[in-house]
Amino acid sequence: MDSPLRLIASNPVDRLARTVEALLVVASVPLSVAELAEAADDDPERVETALALLRERYAEGRSGIVLERVAGGYAFRASRDAADACARLFERPVERGLSQAALETLAIVAYLGPCSRPEIARIRGVAADSAVASLVERGLIAEAGRESGPAGAVRYRTTALFERVFGLESLAALPRVDDLGADAGELRDRLLEVASARAS
Amino acid sequence: MHPTPVRELELDLDAFEGPFDLLLTLLLKEAIEPREVDVAGIVLAFVERLVERDEVDLEGCGEFLVLISALLELKARSLFPDETAELDALEPEEAAEELARRLAEYRRMKEAAAWLVQRLASEHDRWFRLGPAPLAPRAERRLAAQDASALAVALRGLAVPPPNVSLSHMALRFPPVSQFLERFRSLLARRRRFDFDAEVGGFSRVEQAVAFLALLELRKSGEIALSQAVPFAPIRVSRADDERILTWTARSA
Repeated sequence: MDSPLRLIASNPVDRLARTVEALLVVASVPLSVAELAEAADDDPERVETALALLRERYAEGRSGIVLERVAGGYAFRASRDAADACARLFERPVERGLSQAALETLAIVAYLGPCSRPEIARIRGVAADSAVASLVERGLIAEAGRESGPAGAVRYRTTALFERVFGLESLAALPRVDDLGADAGELRDRLLEVASARAS
Repeated sequence: MHPTPVRELELDLDAFEGPFDLLLTLLLKEAIEPREVDVAGIVLAFVERLVERDEVDLEGCGEFLVLISALLELKARSLFPDETAELDALEPEEAAEELARRLAEYRRMKEAAAWLVQRLASEHDRWFRLGPAPLAPRAERRLAAQDASALAVALRGLAVPPPNVSLSHMALRFPPVSQFLERFRSLLARRRRFDFDAEVGGFSRVEQAVAFLALLELRKSGEIALSQAVPFAPIRVSRADDERILTWTARSA
C-alpha cells in the first residue's frame, strides 16, 4: 500500500518542493524548470529534484491531483478517476466539435508550422480561412510572424494549449512524418498507370 | 465640371514616380513588378487630388476604381502564382511526380489528423485548468505617446450638435376625398363629361392624388365611366348612364 502524503517539510529539498508545488497551483499554464527556478530563486537542478519528489507524490492514483510533464513544462491536472465529475461540472469548448477540416489544418500547422494559410490551402487543395479562424479562436494555433517579402501572409504555429489538450510533452511527441501516409513513388506509379490507360 | 484626369494623376512612390497612365503601361509591358507597386499610395494620391478639387467627380472616381481594381488583380496574381500553370509547364512524368508528391503530402497530413482524433479520444479524461489564474500577472498596457491636443480636437469633432432633421414631410395636408367627390358630382350634374387632367391641372400633386382617389371611388360605385384613348392620354370622365346609352345605341346601329 502507498504511504500517505508527507507534507511537513523538514529538509531543504522538501521546503523547495512545497514552494514549487505552490507555484504550480497558482499557474494556469505549464511552467518550465527555468521558470520555476527563477520564481523560487533556486538552482534548476535542485528544482528538478523537487519536481521528481512531487511527481512521486502526485502520481496517477495517489491523489485527486496529478503532476504531469506537458507542453514543455510541468502542470497539475485532475486525476483520471475524477474525469466524470469534472465533465459534469465543466464543458470542454476547446476541442469540442473540431471539424475534419480543422483537424487537418491543425495537423499541417503542427508538423509544418510556422506556415501560412496559402501553404495550408496548397496542401489541402481548398481554402483554409474558416478552419484557421476556428483554431485561432479556440487558442490551438496562434500567429507567428509573416512570410518574408512584401505583403507576406501571416504564419501560424501551434500553442502550448494544443500540446496540453492533446497531452503532448512537446511537438516531438507527434508520430514521425515518415511513418504517416502513402509512399510518393507508389502514388506516382498509380497516376502514370491511370494516365496511360486513358491515353490508350 | 471637368472630369479628374485619372490617368495623368502624378504619383511619387518608392518603385515609381510619374503619371498613373505611364505606370499602367509599364506594368502591362512587365517592365515593373506588380508586387513592388504600393497600391495604397496610389489611392492616397487620388484621394488627395479629390480633396484639392473640393468637388465629387463620379466619372473620375469610377474610372479610378476600374483601374485600381485591375492593378490589384495583377498584384494578387503575382503574389499567388497559379499552381495549375506550374503543373502545365511540366513534362507529363514530372507533372505526375509533382502531383504524387502533393498527394502524398496531403495523405500524410490526413493521417496525422486521424492520429490527433485518436489522441483526443484517449486523452478525453485529462482535465486541467484553463484561462488566467486569479493571481496571473496583469499584462502591462503599453500605449504610444499621446498628444492631448489631438485628442481634444477629435473630441470637439464629436461634440458638434447633429444637423436638424427635416420634418417638412409631416406637414403635408391631405384634403378629404369627399371634397373631390362632391366637386365631380356637381360637375357631372352640369356637364355630361369632363377632362380629368384639365380639371385638376392647377392643383398640387397631393391634391391631384386625392382627386384621383375620388375618381376611382366614383367609378367603383358605378356613378361614372372612364375612358382614355391611349396610356397617359387625358382621362375622359362621363356620367355612367350616358355611357350605357351610347353603348346601347352603338350596338343597335
